[in-house]
Formats: sequence, C-alpha cells, structure tokens
Amino acid sequence: MTVVTDPARPVAVPDEPGTAPPRRKRGSFGFNSISPAEKAVRYLLLVFVLLITIGPFLWQLSTSLKGSGEDIYTRIPKLLPSQPTLSHYGEVANTIPVWDYARNSLVVAVLVVGGNIIGSSLAGFALSRLQFRFRRLVLGLFLATLVLPGEVTIISQYVTVREFGLANTLLGVALPGMIGALNVLLMYNAFRSLPVEVDQAAIVDGANVWQRFLYIGLPSVRGTISVVAIFAFIGAWDDFLWPLIVLTDPNKYTLTVGLQYLSGTFSNNPRLIAAGTMIAFIPIVIVFATLQRFFFKGVEEGAVKG
Amino acid sequence: MRYHRWFSPWVLVIPALAWLLVFNLWPSINTVILSFTNARPIGGGTFVGLKNFEALLHDEQLRYALLNSVIYMLVCLPLLTILPLALAVLVEKKVPGITFFRTAFYTPVVASAVVVALIWQWILDDRGLVNGLAEKLGVISGPLPFLSDQWLLLFSAISLTVWKGIGYYMIIYLAALGNVGRELHEAAAVDGASAFRRFTNITIPGVRGTMILVSILISVSALRVFSELYILSGGNGGPGGRDSSVVMLIQQYSQGFEGNLGYASALSIVLFFVTVVPMLALARLNRKAADA
Repeated sequence: MTVVTDPARPVAVPDEPGTAPPRRKRGSFGFNSISPAEKAVRYLLLVFVLLITIGPFLWQLSTSLKGSGEDIYTRIPKLLPSQPTLSHYGEVANTIPVWDYARNSLVVAVLVVGGNIIGSSLAGFALSRLQFRFRRLVLGLFLATLVLPGEVTIISQYVTVREFGLANTLLGVALPGMIGALNVLLMYNAFRSLPVEVDQAAIVDGANVWQRFLYIGLPSVRGTISVVAIFAFIGAWDDFLWPLIVLTDPNKYTLTVGLQYLSGTFSNNPRLIAAGTMIAFIPIVIVFATLQRFFFKGVEEGAVKG
Repeated sequence: MRYHRWFSPWVLVIPALAWLLVFNLWPSINTVILSFTNARPIGGGTFVGLKNFEALLHDEQLRYALLNSVIYMLVCLPLLTILPLALAVLVEKKVPGITFFRTAFYTPVVASAVVVALIWQWILDDRGLVNGLAEKLGVISGPLPFLSDQWLLLFSAISLTVWKGIGYYMIIYLAALGNVGRELHEAAAVDGASAFRRFTNITIPGVRGTMILVSILISVSALRVFSELYILSGGNGGPGGRDSSVVMLIQQYSQGFEGNLGYASALSIVLFFVTVVPMLALARLNRKAADA
C-alpha cells in the first residue's frame, strides 16, 4: 500500500477522517485462518521475544522496589521484591535533584516538539503546495543534510550555540533540534498527497495562502504531525550526547545526563540507580503507549521512513 | 499561474531554512575551518595548519576506536538485517493481542540509550543477574568481567545495540511487508511451498530494497555509537580507553581544560568519511542491483 524505501513518493492516501484508505482485501478466507498448532507456535515465539525485550525493564523495576535489607545479589534471582518499598525514589531525590532534571527534560522536549510542528509544517506546506523560484534548490538543501550524521557537526554546533551565549542553558540544548530537516521532508511528503483540485477550488473561493494552510492543509496531515511530534518528543527526552556537551552545570542537567552523573558519582547502590532509570523511563513509556495508535497508523501511511 | 504574492512562500519557508543554514550548513563548513585551529572549549583558537591531522595519524586511541567501529558494524550488520525481518513476519499476522506485542517489542527503541545501558550495566555486573545465574547453573566458576575486559565490554555494548535496535528495524520491515503481494504467498501455499520456502523465495526478494536501506541505516548507526559504550565503560572508554568509539573521542575532546575543539573537529572529519563511504557504497550496490 505504501512504499517506505522511496522518500520521494507521496503518502498514498490523505488521512482525512471519512476518507480512510480502503483496506486491502484480506485474500481468501482459508489462507488467513491459522491452525491451532500454528497459533500455539506463534504465541510461544511472541512470548519468548516479549521476555527478552521487556524482561530487563521488569528486572530494573523490581530492583528499584526491593528493600534496603533485601539481598539483591542473591544467586536465585527473585522478580518480586519481598520487602517492597518506594523509598529509593525519595532517596534519589536526596542524592541528585532528579525532579528538576525531569522538569529540564520536559522543557527541552516541549520546545523541540513545538518548534518542529510549527516550523516543519509551514515549510513543508510551502515547498509542496506553492510555486516559487528556487523551490527545488531549497528542497535539495533539506535532502542533502540528511546524509550528514549529526555527530559530525556537533562540535561546531556547540561553537555556534556558545557564540549565541547559550552554552550551559536549556535553550541551547533545545535550539538546534527545533526544526529538523527530516521533519520538513516528512511534512512536505504529507502535504503532497492532497489533490491539487482542492487548492484550486479554495483559490476560486478566494482563500489566501494562510487560510489554505490552516483550513485545508493542516487538517489533512494530522497523522504525520502526530508522528513528527512523537519522534521529536522521544528524541529530545532520550538525547544524551548533545546535552552532555552543552550543559556543564549539574543543576541544569537533563534526566539522561543526570542519570549518568548519578551512576558515575554515587554508584554504590544499584537500587538507587534503578529508581533513577525508572523515573526517566516510565514517562516516555506512558507517552508512547498512549500515542502508539497514531504511531502505528502513521507507519501504515508511510510516514516513517527510517 | 501563481495565486499568491511572491514573498508568501518565503515567509513560510524562512524559519526552517534559517535553522538549516545556522545549525546544519554553517556548522558543516565551520567543522572544516575549526579542524585547522586549536580552538578551546571556552573560546579562542589560532590557525595551526595540518597539525591536528598529523596528530590523528599517531593517535593510538583513534586506531582502537576505528577497529571497534569496524567490529561493531560487522557484527551488527547481519544480526540487525535478519532478526528484525523475522520478527516483522512474526508480528505481521493480526492475531488477537498483536498490538500489545508490537508495542512491547518497540519499547527498547523508545527508551533512552542511557536508561537501557544502565539497566544492562546492572544485569551484567559481577554480581548481577547473568553472572549470578551462570554461577548458579555451574556454567562458570567466577564472574565473567563483562564490564571490565576490553573485548567482553565491546561485545556487551554490541549486544545492547542489537537488542535496542531490533524493534526499530522491525517497524520498517513491517511497513515494507505490506507491499509484498499477498497473492504470491497464496499461490505458493496452494502449490505446497513451505513457510520457510515462502520466506526465502517471496518475502526476502519482496523486501530487498528495504533490506538495503536497513543495512545502510545499521552501518551508519554502528559507526556513530556513543551512549552504550560510554555508559557501560563508565565514561572512560574501558581499560586503557581501548573501548572508545570515534564519537566518544569527539566528546572527550569537547570539554574541560584539556579540551581541544580543533582536534575534535579533525576527528569529526574522520567520522564523516567513515560513515559516508559505506553509505555511498551500499547505495551504489542498491542502484546496480536495481539496474540488473
């Protein structure tokens, strides 16, 4: 239905409610029904992979809840704590200002999400729906930067941020990522799927560029916007290298840098580090679990191109 | 025919274009300029000619970092090309509860590399889960030094990268599998082809283009590895700094009184060439295969 390998290909169908893409016919009935034996094997494999992917997180959660008197090094691992306690979460806050770090991460993430939604949808709309000189050149510039791994320019990016006087600030952490070239191209692709006739009809009705963007363009690309927002949030919340370079003052750390600081400086108690990692992990899982519907829908529409 | 004033598109494009110029294009040029200076993290710096590049040739840590990168890529490439495809085939069929499994398999991707590395650091600890279980089962007599031996540390980081990456590439393959003709599978099944034969003869050729894309992504991200090695090695690159990656060296030179942004920029240029060369090679391979 959609091709992910070809970034130039428009999204197949606009994700306007009501014009949902027609589902592929599910083939013949007999081919799709699976035998009980195959079903059992499938679920067995699924549960096996589940243990591998989720197991480590559960083990960490369990460690963070185990009482200080409990032997966490026992040879026979126990998943359920025998003296469950939340005290380590409080203790982390006494060791490092973990709630400030969480707030810092949130500030950066919100700035990055907001910037990307606004900046990339404006540019994506102009590049796909409006004719102007140098349009292809601008588009080519955005494409060209995708080839460059971010780490290559990270040092000179730091120099730029420092010259703006933003070294060691949260704004300095957020700023470079606030409009991503990839997101501009994703939005460009999404807007392209809208039929030209819709624009022409709006022009005949006297709608100006801004009205066409706001009332025709935006409502038709909500799926892609949510994918852009989810990825921007996860990217900003999880980022480590860039805030590690920009921030030098331990009071301004984001969660990831703060966790590294916790484990490097006060690493004697695994329960404490476990509690810290859970504070960073649980919010992102909640965000993803609530929005996964849009994410997988976006994947099916071809909004994810690696 | 235009239906807008000449400046309207520019008003919309300018924020994104400004970001591109200030935070992508200018830093690319500035990296080259900086690599000929001895700029410090706090500022300043003068032109030093090719001194940084000469120093690169004698940098023993860089040699280890490049070796590690090559090993990283060679191990990750086959594992992360095949395993996620198999997993995508497994989760493609919409059995009850499949959304839960898909979401769960994607969880390691969503988690920060720092969080994931700290979790594995505890699991691979001398007194952690893996060593405890192995000793209990009598497989080993003493704990294996996963986090302090040069090679074990490297392979621990590689396993971590593979574990974290599977869900990501699974999703890319999942989207591609939607394009593989269902009719082909049905016809083959009617003709009595086994599930394995259908996988090798229909699924794999059907997602060949995606496999090339995925292998490009894997190679580039293997060469860019940072957080896993940094956290597992406790930030110092393991015994004698021999478990560093190129990005770790760049970060190391980016701060402190010993920092040297000029040298870090020269390292960035090395990183550019080691990442772009395999990318172009694989892309070329793709084009050749498509022409054939």
